Amino acid sequence: MIIDPKHLTWLVKNIAIGKAFLKRWLEPSHLEQLRPKLEFQTGVLAGFALLASLLLGVTNCSTKGTIERRLAEDLQKSLAEVVPASLHDNDMLQDTVTIPSAEFNLGSGETTVYIARKAEQITAFCFKFTAPDGYSGAINMVIGLDPDGNILGVRVINHAETPGLGDKIEVAKSNWILAFNGYSLANLTRDQWAVKKDGGVFDQFAGATITPRKSVQAVYRSLQLFNAHQAEFVKH
Amino acid sequence: MPLSTTYRKIAADGLWNNNVVFGQNLALCPLLAVTGTATNGLGMGLATLVVITASNGLISLTRHLIPPEIRIPIFVLLIAALVTLVDILMNAWAHELYKVLGLFIALIVTNCALLGRAEAFASKQPVKHALWDGLMMGLGFTLVLVALGAAREITAAGTLFANASLLLGKSFEFLEVTVISDYKGFLLMALPPGGFIMLAFLIVGKRLIDQQLATRKQPLTHAITEITSE
Repeated sequence: MIIDPKHLTWLVKNIAIGKAFLKRWLEPSHLEQLRPKLEFQTGVLAGFALLASLLLGVTNCSTKGTIERRLAEDLQKSLAEVVPASLHDNDMLQDTVTIPSAEFNLGSGETTVYIARKAEQITAFCFKFTAPDGYSGAINMVIGLDPDGNILGVRVINHAETPGLGDKIEVAKSNWILAFNGYSLANLTRDQWAVKKDGGVFDQFAGATITPRKSVQAVYRSLQLFNAHQAEFVKH
Repeated sequence: MPLSTTYRKIAADGLWNNNVVFGQNLALCPLLAVTGTATNGLGMGLATLVVITASNGLISLTRHLIPPEIRIPIFVLLIAALVTLVDILMNAWAHELYKVLGLFIALIVTNCALLGRAEAFASKQPVKHALWDGLMMGLGFTLVLVALGAAREITAAGTLFANASLLLGKSFEFLEVTVISDYKGFLLMALPPGGFIMLAFLIVGKRLIDQQLATRKQPLTHAITEITSE
């Protein structure tokens, strides 16, 4: 494109006029006259709302991908807690089955099960679940199971239990949660799936019974969920 | 008032005399919620610092545009937009910190100190003063959060700045200290009542220091008046 010098001077002149107009318009004394007017007030409020939504919209669009990647990393980290890397060579995040889980009271209507494979053979299953009735709110957990339904590991992702008492369910604070390893619906009876106080095999904590009790019950329900759909997984 | 005196007065107000927590008794909700550890306090303080400085600047910049009748909705709109912005950016770029503080970022929007500064200061002052005021108020708030967090963390768990490297990066690992080794823990201080109790101690401490300063100043002014009256 060729720029005509005539157009350029025209442009410069008009920018100067616009600038002068804006300067006069933005003069505090001029704005003082405008401020009491209803249409000005409406315009200002609308202008601020428009600017704010524009800013947020642009930010949201430009960070969406990054946030999704971060969340995927989070998920991968929690899955790796219960299914060691040596057990699989596939991308578990892509290898999933979604099953209905509303009747098991695990905090959601649907559960996504991640499948670990090594050399095309299924080596483990892994899914997140929630004990919705912890002492102070939901306890989010993740469980890994071998193909026969034996527990490879259970970990707490996040919770709001009492610091110093209920937070012993975290592996960083105590080994309690490792006690689930190796157990399944087959090698413990229904009554044994409880804390010792209730006649089961799992320890409770001094000063906090509700947190471990509800955690054990939720793990038990997650095993039931797995059992109910085990046949479907093998097909995949 | 000379310029440097103005800035010094704003700084003294923000950091000490009219401190958000000690002077105005504002922002107690986020204060008590996040000060379980010094690190969380620092994170929350820095996030608030950014938002209050930006909101003060924006509001001062547009103060002639804003009609007094609709100033409150505009202030709320601006502050809410800024908080959401920080929330999104932190989720994307400081994700580990976001997982710790995520819940509390949204709380900044209910932090009455921001609206308070917008109304009492930024809407009446030039941009430079408003920015400086936001910075100092935010810094004063951060200092209180860190002090309260440190006091509670030491008494509750015997550590200081636990997980600071999560917030500031690996090079700040040296901040993580175990103050009292083999500490059995004092649960109360980690719970909300512990926050109230420790805050009361800090406020008493501030009052005592103020009193000390006042009594130390008094003889001096007496001396001056005596000299001038002679």
